[in-house]
Amino acid sequence: MNTRSIKLAVPAPRGATRRFALPLGLLLPAAVLVGAELGVRAGLIPANLLPAPSEIAQTIAYLAHNGLAGHIASSTLRVLLGFAAGAGLAVLLGAAVALNRRTEAVLDPSFQALRAIPSLAWVPLLLLWFGIDETPKLVLIAIGAFFPVYMGVSSGIRGVDRKLIEVAQLYQLGRVALARRVLLPAALPAVMTGLRNELSLAWMFMVAAELIAASQGLGYLLSDGRETSRADIVLAAIVLLAVLGKVSDSLMLALENRMLCWRDSYANRSAP
Amino acid sequence: MTSLFDIYVGEKRYGARPVLNDLRLALEAGQIVSLIGASGCGKSTLLSIAAGLDRDYRGEVLLDGVATSGISPAVGFIFQEPRLFPWLTVAQNIALGKGPGAQHDPLVESLLGEVGLSGYGDALPKQLSGGQAQRVAIARGLFTQPRVLLLDEPFSAVDAFTRMKLQDLLTRVAQEHALTVLLVTHDIDEALYLSDRVVLLDRGARAEFEVDLPRPRKRSDTSSGALKAAVLQALEEAHVA
Repeated sequence: MNTRSIKLAVPAPRGATRRFALPLGLLLPAAVLVGAELGVRAGLIPANLLPAPSEIAQTIAYLAHNGLAGHIASSTLRVLLGFAAGAGLAVLLGAAVALNRRTEAVLDPSFQALRAIPSLAWVPLLLLWFGIDETPKLVLIAIGAFFPVYMGVSSGIRGVDRKLIEVAQLYQLGRVALARRVLLPAALPAVMTGLRNELSLAWMFMVAAELIAASQGLGYLLSDGRETSRADIVLAAIVLLAVLGKVSDSLMLALENRMLCWRDSYANRSAP
Repeated sequence: MTSLFDIYVGEKRYGARPVLNDLRLALEAGQIVSLIGASGCGKSTLLSIAAGLDRDYRGEVLLDGVATSGISPAVGFIFQEPRLFPWLTVAQNIALGKGPGAQHDPLVESLLGEVGLSGYGDALPKQLSGGQAQRVAIARGLFTQPRVLLLDEPFSAVDAFTRMKLQDLLTRVAQEHALTVLLVTHDIDEALYLSDRVVLLDRGARAEFEVDLPRPRKRSDTSSGALKAAVLQALEEAHVA
């Protein structure tokens, strides 16, 4: 009875702080918004540099009727395609490197060297090779997003518990079965973390790519807003990027929790 | 040569350090033998060799008079920890060696029944208690229908009450499956309660004790008495030496 009450006592205060965490977390942004609104209306802040939040909201509403959906769609599509290409390659190559010593000896040193190159350094080369079309944007996003997953897959597989490998040996699992039933599932937590990092990087490189050359997308809105001195458009695009990034990360987190429901960890102790 | 399972280790060393020397251990069919000895005396190494997991030694392991080469489905192994794969269900864990889809093998459900976990096939390991997880590990060890079962301190991580139940479970399945059992343990009471023969290990087999008690046994039969005193005495001498 005693131990039981102690066990229950642990989640309770956490749940309690959780309930209060949401309003507390909103306190600062709300204060900033109200402060900005009041500051602009009172003339303390120049409205051309920091438009009032209400004006940004109006700009978003205006854009919504004037092709915002197209901007969001093309940006999201670029992120998805670049993310899929980068993640797909990273999973394949990361697994190949972690599962086979010879592949590792051949490929890994080169990838580690490439990883050291800031991804934006590729931009001029990509523009030379592919022009200013869609291709360089997608390639840039894929390159930028490749390494978190590559590192997650390879370190995840290498870090698998030797004791579990021993069990797999004992039951004479073949190489394919070992990879499919033991190594890849064991590496999944690290892979999912890599995928989440990759997704946020994909958004970042999407903006970089669109800032360089684009006729549509949220990055285009950003540079268009700057060129026409419309800080409200720039801020509207930033707000939309924040929302999209948060939504995609939450979807990824939901996927992670679903795929890793077998984990017996602190984070999902409430699962059945 | 009437024995079912013969282990001979001429020499086994880790680097320059000799672990086992000129050790011969023969198990007759249906026998339960316990290995005791100080930590680091080579008990677990001997078990790894017997299982075919460790092949870096001089000597041989014979099953039914035939030399085994490495791991064999006829020799099952149960580790100190359950070592279940957390992402596989209980049934998938039990049928691990047979590939995907094998969890629907009727043998899985019958083994689950035998270890007292009927209906747990679809559960995940995280939903099991320590004792339940070790029961699943026993069922997995039995799934390949081995003739010899090796156990490496299998009940040392559970509470005393669970341990007693698992010991009785082992006795029962060993009898029902006509298993020959080699068990490493720290617990002299456990060794005397379960086995027909207790072997004290110290690089080689240092002393052997026949446990000539009728089955089913009572714990009170073995927890005291001259035999336990003799085993304790020998263990103490091995420590001092």
